[in-house]
This record gives sequence, C-alpha cells and structure tokens, in this order.
Amino acid sequence: MKGTALDNPKTIAEKLLSRAADANVRAGDIAVCRPSYAMGTDGSIPMAIDYLAGMGRTRVADAGQLLFAMDHYGISSGPNALALQAKARKFAHENDIQLFDVGDGIGHQLLIEKGIAAPGRLVVGADSHATSYGALNCFGTGIGSSDLAGVMFCGQMWLEVPRTIRVHLLGRLPEGVSAKDIALVLARRMGADGANYMALEFAGPGVATLDMDDRIVLSNMAVEIGAKAGIFPCDSVLEDWLQRVGVGDYTPIAADEGAQIEQVVEVDLSALRPQIALPHRVDNVTDLEAQPFTPVDVVYLGTCTGGRMRDYHEALEVITRAGRISDEVQVVVTPASGQIYTEMQSTGMLGRFRALGAQVELPGCGACCGTCGTIPANGQKIISSANRNFRGRMGNATAEIYLASSLSCAHAAVRGGFGQ
Amino acid sequence: MNEVLASGSARLLGDDINTDYIVPSHRKKETIDPQVLRAFVFEDIHPGFYEAMGAETILVAGTNFGCGSAMEVAVTVLQAAGVKAVIAKSFSRTFRRNALNNGLLLCQADATHLNDNDAVTVGLENGTLTIDTNADERIKAGTMPAFMLEMLSHGGLTRFLMAKGGFE
Repeated sequence: MKGTALDNPKTIAEKLLSRAADANVRAGDIAVCRPSYAMGTDGSIPMAIDYLAGMGRTRVADAGQLLFAMDHYGISSGPNALALQAKARKFAHENDIQLFDVGDGIGHQLLIEKGIAAPGRLVVGADSHATSYGALNCFGTGIGSSDLAGVMFCGQMWLEVPRTIRVHLLGRLPEGVSAKDIALVLARRMGADGANYMALEFAGPGVATLDMDDRIVLSNMAVEIGAKAGIFPCDSVLEDWLQRVGVGDYTPIAADEGAQIEQVVEVDLSALRPQIALPHRVDNVTDLEAQPFTPVDVVYLGTCTGGRMRDYHEALEVITRAGRISDEVQVVVTPASGQIYTEMQSTGMLGRFRALGAQVELPGCGACCGTCGTIPANGQKIISSANRNFRGRMGNATAEIYLASSLSCAHAAVRGGFGQ
Repeated sequence: MNEVLASGSARLLGDDINTDYIVPSHRKKETIDPQVLRAFVFEDIHPGFYEAMGAETILVAGTNFGCGSAMEVAVTVLQAAGVKAVIAKSFSRTFRRNALNNGLLLCQADATHLNDNDAVTVGLENGTLTIDTNADERIKAGTMPAFMLEMLSHGGLTRFLMAKGGFE
C-alpha cells in the first residue's frame, strides 16, 4: 500500500478496501477488489449459477474463495425450494466448493465459527447480513447474486469505498440490557437509512465491555440502518477468540489518527434500557417498559442476530427461574449453527428447553424470512430475537412481528406478553 | 444532447419500500423466474398492483427504496413487470447495486409531487440524468460515475464482465 499513516490517514474501511483492491483507495472511489471469501446461500446461489451460465461458464475462477451454505430452505420448504437447493449443491460438488448443508447452520455464523471471517479480510456474502463479519475486524458486506456470479467468473468485484460514521461507545450495559438493545437504539436514533452507504466503525472504551456475541449482533444489525459494513477494532477480546477458534493468519486493521470521519454517534451504554421494535419497521423503536401490556402468541429465539449460546443461556435462565412458559405462548428455538446445537445438547440446554415446552428446530435461518421453519398463523403476534419485522417477513402478512433482545423475549415467554 | 433512457407512467410509492414488499421472500422459494414472480409485486402492501400496471412503468418513491434483503429478484421482478426506471429520494445500497448490475435505471431525485399515471421520461444530458414530466417540468437527478454508466450501457454487470473478460 502506498502512503503513510501520517500524510495519508485512513479509516478502517478505507484501509481494508485498499488492501483488498491492492490500491490506495479513499471514500468515494470505486475499488475493484478481490474478496478473501464470498459466501452464497440456497437463497442466492441458484440465481448466481444462472448469471454465470449467461456468461457462458459452468466453472468458477477460484473454488477456494467460495463457500456455500444451505440455510434458507429446510426439509419443509417444499419441492421447488429443494430443487433450487439441489441445483446449488450439484454446482458446489462439480466445482469443489466447500458446502455447508441443511442443518449445519446459518452461513454467517459458520463463517465466523470456522475462522473464515478474520481481521484484515474482505469477506462478502450474497445475503444482506454479511455485515456480521465486521465483528471480526473484517470488511463484511452483502452482495447480490450477480455480484456472486462476477466473483465466480473472475474472482473480483466492484465496491464503492464508503465514508465512515464512528459509533463511540461509553460505559457498560446495565443488568438486563443487551447488545440487541444497543442495535435497536441506533435504529431508533438514526432511522432505517441513517447510515445508508456508510461504514460504521465501533470505537470507544465501551467496546472492551462487549464480548464477541455482542459484537456480532451490532455488526449484523448495522445493515438495518443502511450501513455497508459495521466494523469493530481488533482488541484482546477478539484476539482471545481467534486463538480459541485457531486462526493465526490475520492482519488487524486500525483507523489512522486523523482519518476522515463524517459523523460521530455517541452511545452511553450505562444509560440504556431494554428496547422493542414495533411492527412493521426496524426503526419503530421504543422503550419496552413504556409499552402497554401486549399478549404474544409466539416467542422466536434464533437467527444470525439472536441464535447463539449467550442468547440461550440468558433466555433459559429467565424461563427456568420462573419455572414455566406461559400456556398461551409457543416458544420456538432455532440455534444459529450445528455447533451451537451440539453444545446446547451436550450441556443439557436443549433438554431443558424441551422440558419447558419449547419447540426446538434444526439449525438454519428458520422462521426469520418465511422460507423454512414455523410460519405464524393469521393475526398472530410474535416477539423475536431476529433483525427484521417487515410486514409479511415471516411468511404471513397478517402477523405482527416485534423485535427485542433474547432476554426480553424470554420474559415475554414467561409472562405471555410484554410491556406494563 | 438529450438521450432518452426510459419512459413510462409514474406509479407513486412511499418511504422505506423494502425488498420483501417488492416481492415477499417466501415467494422466491417456489421459483426465481421473474416472469412468474412478477404477479406478486407489492402484493403485501398494494394488492392488485401488478394487474393495474401498464407495459411501461416508472416507479416514484421516497427515501430508502429497496432496503432489507439483498435478494436480486427484487430487481428482476420489477424489470419483468415492466418497470423501466425507479426514481427515489434515496436507495438502499444492495438494491442499488443489484439494479446497476442488471441494467435497471435508478434516479436519485425527489419526484414525489408527481401523480400516478403522469408521463415521465428519464434522459441523459451531458452525463447528468434528467427527468421530464408531462407538466413540462425538468428535474435534475445528478450525475452517474463513468464506471456505472459504462456498466449500464453494457446492460449490466455480467454483460460488462463478459465483454471485457473481467474488470481489468
């Protein structure tokens, strides 16, 4: 890379993309980048295969750069979905592309668990929540099927280098408040397009108080305020985590002193209260305790936002303390990955959830976007640890989806609803 | 010199039209064929939208058009339904990418004062996008980077890459 930190200060996003483009790029430039990895799902791969075929190709340029995850469709998604999945699977086998099959889990979670997303890399996913990889000091961003086909064709893609908003975190979360509440507060304050085209850079002393699960939630939800990426620094919390996963080959990227920051958003974690997003907008957020009591029919615990060990530990503790799930409520548990499922099984958590009456589903995207798993009945109210509550999102436009932390969802499971 | 890029009848939409509203996620598990999926365009927010569409439509929306999922059928379905261009105050980034990659013309401009069925023409004048309406009004819609214009002129990303054998 050309230039020095002193005469050419850059943001994390500018440095990460300069590295991926092997060029000195700045915010506003179009960078032709070589992603370290590109992930596709059964929801996006079939269309990418069609685009590639339209380019006269059936072979990919670099199979080692690609990862396929069969996460959006499951055994109950119907014959047409399974045919789309079979098309993706066959293509992976023909091209020797690493494939995570049905039940292995959500692609984003797998890329994080397997050490594929690591500091200094550009890792893209043909799914909007690829921003999750930012927790690993990666430039993680969502692409479409044609971009994925482009990477298959030539190993490269175009990216406009984003400007940066610094999210300065102070203090420590109080008891009962989660990273999901930080994400919802950001949506509340900034709006669903508040960070459109921008990179979020999480900084400040509050970062050190957040574990990896917390950071993944914030990076994951960055796209809900329009951000192109939501990037954390590489600190001892991340380094310890990488060591546990067994990743040694990485290059941490930090912002230069004097880098061009467009806006600073300060969040005092210690002042936060549990939040809830009301139907049908992610930024329709209010204090949970300010809501009148609202009965719910379904509590959904899962997804690439809220389907990790911490989520289930916290939820199980709340439900166990209360002794029971409300008779009126159906609790659906969909672990984000097979590894999480296995750990829940070996620690007895799955058994405890089942004994309390919860329904445990196979790892994957589950009920999040109405493509597999439980679909709500007409007019039902769902409180969910997921990231989106658009009308029709879970496959039924008459249902109402509320978003909250796993902890708040668990309280709703016990009380049969949320609010006062 | 004003080159006409698209023309059609305006259809007005609001702010934050997400891709699930353009076509619900659960529809694409049945097929990704836009000729089939077009019948479900806006079904959850405007039932009957597709039936009422003409052959050439210009969508006019508020802020953050295309937010949510990165699913590319949200673009190909609009194209199959006869949408020639989308004018919005702002676009979500993945939708914008997918649109450019598929050769769907996007104009960033405020045209929300238009009415349904107003005739709209989008043109290019010295690198600047212009929107002409039947009220003899001309709205400037900004410039487009040369790279994006070149990709659009090829008809999208895959044709661009095929023509050039790659990016470089």
